[in-house]
Amino acid sequence: MASLTLKHIGKRFGDIVALSDIDLHIENGEFCVLLGPSGCGKSTLLHIVAGLERQDQGSILLDEKIVDELAPRERDVAMVFQSYALYPHMTVSKNLGFALRMRGMSKTETQHRVQETARLLEIENLLTRKPSQLSGGQRQRVAMGRALVRRPRLFLLDEPLSNLDAQLRINVRLELRKLHQQMHITTLYVTHDQVEAMTLGDKVVVMRNGRVHQIGSPETIYNKPADTFVATFVGSPVMNFFNGRIGQEGNRFICRSSEFTLDLGHFFRNLVGKTVQVGVRPEDILVAENKQTPLKAHIQMLSNVGAEQYIHARLGKSFITVRTAKDAKYHPGDAIYLSVALDRLHVFENGQRIEPHE
Amino acid sequence: MKKRLLKQGGFVFGVLLAIGFSLIPFLLFVSSAFKTQRQVTAIPPDLWPTFSMGFFRSAIVRYDILGYLLNSLIVAGLTTVVTVFLAALAGYALARLPRHWAHGILMLILACAMFPQIAIAGPIWRLLRVLGWLNTYQGLILPYVALTLPLAVWILALFFREMPRELEAAALVDGCSKLGALVRVIVPLSTPGLFTAAILTFIYAWNEFFLALLIVTDPVRQTMPVGIALFQGEHTVPWGEIAAASLITTAPLVVMVLLFQRHIVSGLSAGAIKG
Repeated sequence: MASLTLKHIGKRFGDIVALSDIDLHIENGEFCVLLGPSGCGKSTLLHIVAGLERQDQGSILLDEKIVDELAPRERDVAMVFQSYALYPHMTVSKNLGFALRMRGMSKTETQHRVQETARLLEIENLLTRKPSQLSGGQRQRVAMGRALVRRPRLFLLDEPLSNLDAQLRINVRLELRKLHQQMHITTLYVTHDQVEAMTLGDKVVVMRNGRVHQIGSPETIYNKPADTFVATFVGSPVMNFFNGRIGQEGNRFICRSSEFTLDLGHFFRNLVGKTVQVGVRPEDILVAENKQTPLKAHIQMLSNVGAEQYIHARLGKSFITVRTAKDAKYHPGDAIYLSVALDRLHVFENGQRIEPHE
Repeated sequence: MKKRLLKQGGFVFGVLLAIGFSLIPFLLFVSSAFKTQRQVTAIPPDLWPTFSMGFFRSAIVRYDILGYLLNSLIVAGLTTVVTVFLAALAGYALARLPRHWAHGILMLILACAMFPQIAIAGPIWRLLRVLGWLNTYQGLILPYVALTLPLAVWILALFFREMPRELEAAALVDGCSKLGALVRVIVPLSTPGLFTAAILTFIYAWNEFFLALLIVTDPVRQTMPVGIALFQGEHTVPWGEIAAASLITTAPLVVMVLLFQRHIVSGLSAGAIKG
C-alpha cells in the first residue's frame, strides 16, 4: 500500500492537450475516483500512473518517492482494464498466477495465493477454464482477481464495470466497495458514471478536457459543485439553471430573470449588478400549496422512475425539472407553484461557484 | 427450392471444373510417376498407370533424390526459422509505431520486394563470393531470408496490429518487459499469423529455383528443384524419374498445408479483412 501524489502532470498528443497541470494527492488506503466524460484524459492519467505512458511534464510519487523513471513492472501497481484483457491462451488459474510467477514466486506459493484470491472472489470453480468459456461477469471477477492476487501498492481500475449489464453492475459495485473496506488498498478508479463515482469514492476528481474541475468528497462534489460543469455533470436528473441579474431591494437581494425573480435573502451582496447563473437541483424544489410564491410553472410532462417521479414544467421561457413523491397526482397542463429553500441555491458567476456571504 | 438446388449444382460443377483444369498437368505428372518406362514413351499415351514403383526406386538410387531432399529441408527450414523470428520482431515494432510512420516503412519494405530477381542475382552472387558462401547452405539462406522477409513482415505487422493493446499493457503491468510481453503474450496468441508467414516462407524457399541454380553448383549442396532439373539421362530425358522426384518434392508441402490448414486460413483472413 502506498500514497500517491501527482505533481503538475501534463501530456500532449501532437497538438492535442490531453492533460494539463494535474495535481492530486491520494492518501494511503484511500479510494479515489476520476470522473469525467469520455475523452477528458482520465484514462490517459491512469496509464501514466501505471507507467504505460510517459507524461511530458510533472512527476508521480508513490510513498513520496518519484517513480517517473520506473517501468510498469517496477512500480508494483495492478490494473483492471475495461476489456479485462485476460490472457486468452491461459486458464483462469494461470491468469491469476501470471504476475506472481513473473515476480519469481515459487509454484506452491503462487498456487496458494491463487486459491486464496479465488476463494475471496468466489471463482474457485472457474480456475481450470479458459477466458473464452466465461461469462462477462465471470471475466470481470477474474480480471479483479488478477489484480488483487498481487496485493499491489496501488490498484488502478479503468472503467471496470462498463461492460456489465445494469443489474450486475450494481452488485459488483457494492462488492468492490466491500473489498476495498476489507483490503484497504490505495485505489484509483476511472469512470464516466457519476453513480459509481458517488457510491465508491472517498474522494472524487471531476475532470474535463484534461483539466481537474474539482476534487472533493462525493458530498462536497454534489452539494457544493465548484463550477457549472461539475454541477451539470454530477446529479441526475440534471440541475436546473437560470440566468439572472442580482439586484437589491431594501436589505434583501434578488435575482431577476426575464420571467421571474428569486429572493436570495441577505446573501450575495457582493454580486449586486452582476449577471449570474442560479442552479437548483430537482429535489431541492418544493411544489407549494401556498400560491404566494412568484414561481408559477406549467406541467408539460411527468416521468415516473418508480421510487419517485419528476415533473417537467415550463417556467416562463425556461424549463424546470422538479422531483416529487411517487404517489403525487399531477397532470400535464396543471399549473404548479414552486418554492426553493435559499440554502439550496447554487450561484455561479462566469461558471464559477460563488459562496454566499453572511 | 428447385431453383436453389440448380444454382448450387451449377456452383459445385463450376468449382470442380476449375479444380480439374488446374490439376490436369499435375495429374499427368502423378500418373507418369507410377508408369513403367514403356508406358511413359507410349504413343498414344496411356492415361492410366500400372502403379509401378520403378521410377521412384530409380530416382532414389540412381539420382540420390534423398540428398537433395535433405538439402532442401535444411535450407527451407532454416530460412523459415530465421525469417519468422526477424519478421516477428520487426512486425511487432511496426505494429506499435504511430500509423503514418509504420505505413511509410511498410511501403518501403514492399518496394524492396519489387526488384526483379534477375536484377539482383548478379550482385548477390558477387557478395556471396566475397563472403566465401557460394556452394554453402548459408549462401542460399541469406538471400532467401532477404527475399521472404517483406511478405512475412507485412503479414505479422498487420496481425499484431489487431492484437488488443490492453493485453500487452496487462502483461507489462503484471511484470513483463516489452520483449517478455511479446514472447509470453503476443506470440502465443499469434499462432495463425506465425503459421501463415512460416508456411509461405517455407514454400518459397522450397520451390525457389533460379538463385539455387546460380549459387550452388556443387551437387552435394543442391536443393530439390535444381537437382531435378539437372537430371541427366544417357540418351533421353528421364521423364519418369523427374515425375517421381517432383512428386516426392511436393508431398511434404501438401502434408504441411493440410496439417496447418485451419491456422493458415484464419491467419490469411485476419490480415486480409482487418488489416
